[in-house]
Amino acid sequence: MPNGIALARRPFSGRARSRPGALSSWWLRGTAFLYLGLFVVLPVIVILDRGFGDGISHLVDALGAFGAWNAIKLTLIMALLTAVVNAVFGTLLAYVLVRIRFPGRELVSAIVDLPFAIPSLVAGVMLVALYGPNSAVGGWLEDRGLQIIFAPPGILLALLFVTLPLVVRSVQPVLSELDREEEEAAQTLGASGWVTFRRIVLPALRPAIVAGALLAFSRALGEFGAIVFVSGNIPNHTLTAPVFITQLISPAYGGSGGKEKAAAVAALLFALAFVLVLITERLLTSDADRAAR
Amino acid sequence: MSAQVASARRAPVEPKPRRADGGRSRLTRALLVSVALFYVVVLVLAPLGGIVYYAFKSGFGVISQTFSQPDVMHAFYLTAVIMLIAVAVTGVFGVLVALVLARDRFRGKSFVSALVNLPLAVSPVIVGLMAVLLFGANGWFEPFFTAQGIQILYALPSMVLVTIFISIPFVIREVVPLLEELGMEEEQAAWTLGASQLQTFFRITLPNIRWGLLYGTALSSARAIGEVGAVLLVSGLLQGQTETATLYILRAFEQYQDQQGYIVALTLAAFSVLLLVAIEFFKRKTVKEAR
Repeated sequence: MPNGIALARRPFSGRARSRPGALSSWWLRGTAFLYLGLFVVLPVIVILDRGFGDGISHLVDALGAFGAWNAIKLTLIMALLTAVVNAVFGTLLAYVLVRIRFPGRELVSAIVDLPFAIPSLVAGVMLVALYGPNSAVGGWLEDRGLQIIFAPPGILLALLFVTLPLVVRSVQPVLSELDREEEEAAQTLGASGWVTFRRIVLPALRPAIVAGALLAFSRALGEFGAIVFVSGNIPNHTLTAPVFITQLISPAYGGSGGKEKAAAVAALLFALAFVLVLITERLLTSDADRAAR
Repeated sequence: MSAQVASARRAPVEPKPRRADGGRSRLTRALLVSVALFYVVVLVLAPLGGIVYYAFKSGFGVISQTFSQPDVMHAFYLTAVIMLIAVAVTGVFGVLVALVLARDRFRGKSFVSALVNLPLAVSPVIVGLMAVLLFGANGWFEPFFTAQGIQILYALPSMVLVTIFISIPFVIREVVPLLEELGMEEEQAAWTLGASQLQTFFRITLPNIRWGLLYGTALSSARAIGEVGAVLLVSGLLQGQTETATLYILRAFEQYQDQQGYIVALTLAAFSVLLLVAIEFFKRKTVKEAR
């Protein structure tokens, strides 16, 4: 069959090569660029322009506001913790799902995707329902001096929930493609299960784990819906940067005229997110290239 | 250590020479599975149980009363309208962008690809802010649309626009790898046999990518339904007019109507579980056809 195609192609070889180009001709490419330009690039430019059009004065203003520094610090710490915890447990979950047959495996795999489907705000509501001060579990924990809701642990739980699938889904395909022979060789040579994992499996998974963790980190930096109920938004204690930005802009949250300040902080967070996406992209493509080779 | 070495050496003699997981003891395996299950239960399943409990605790009277409120019904209606428009736009243009990314060669492709993924990493709050800066007072486009008498901000158009921004990556991310894997042989065969570009697309390309397209669409509908941060900033929060289901939940809890909040939240959660079933189904189909 491939022969037939080759024969059919040969007489037109000049045109056949230009034909795919014809499909992705100027109008296709133009529409795609226009769409991305209008919907992605333009909004980005407006943020940069309004935030830094007058130099860094807006940023300085914004950072001088009550609770601003602590909001940024809290957001960074929480995002970092989220990335690390989900990198560990996400890798574990991926390993268990790919390598161990146990009853209900498919169900667990579906549940891991649940945070993709459930609205993040509903995730926050769920956590309040279970771990809130009025619930049985939350009350029991509070009696033992562990407050979850309206405290940093609640924020962490919410962020772990919404980013749970990211590491699992980035590690899983790499793990299932991984050649077993090296592991088997290591084991025949007497390496223990843990040593095999650390020396053979982990290095192969590293780019995928890092890419997933970076995605989780950037998602956690910006999360609003899951956090807004859970955190209680107490300045200098549980107020995160996205909620802080909302308060600067939204009339419903008592803010107005803070658009430029908000834009400055947003531009900063945004630049960080973009750099992280570029790195992730690089990691994943280099990974794919290696797999292709 | 030595025990494991011994068991590994003994392995070939045993009736079942090598387990699927490379000779790990049954105990380790059970331990790994239970830690993973524990994590999933604490993080996902138990909270889901919590919300079901609270939504039904109030009794069916409150439930039916909640659903008979015009505010609530309008909120669901608005969420559905926004989702449908956003999914249609990102679906059609998503396939277009995917075709360009998978088939076309041009400089700066990895930059364009990063642009596509950008909405995944940008905070929804920043997305809302972008719309405010473009269409709000002193915004770039504000004079033009005011002159036309069209209200964008604090009305449906801006809510749709921010939802589109947020849903852009899903279809593209699913369709690009499929197109790359498929290659062009079938399409070239169709061209050589005289099919037009549109015919080739609808007869060959589209059927080949349909499961990936549906998978991406289901993911973006889930995202569109659940969006709150961006919509909050651009909606103006007019009850019964620009209030989506998620914004209703936000207001219900702020006004201490927790019961109603739990009930609407559970409804959204139930709908997302349905979407999840669709997502898993489409994913399986995609994986199967890719092989």
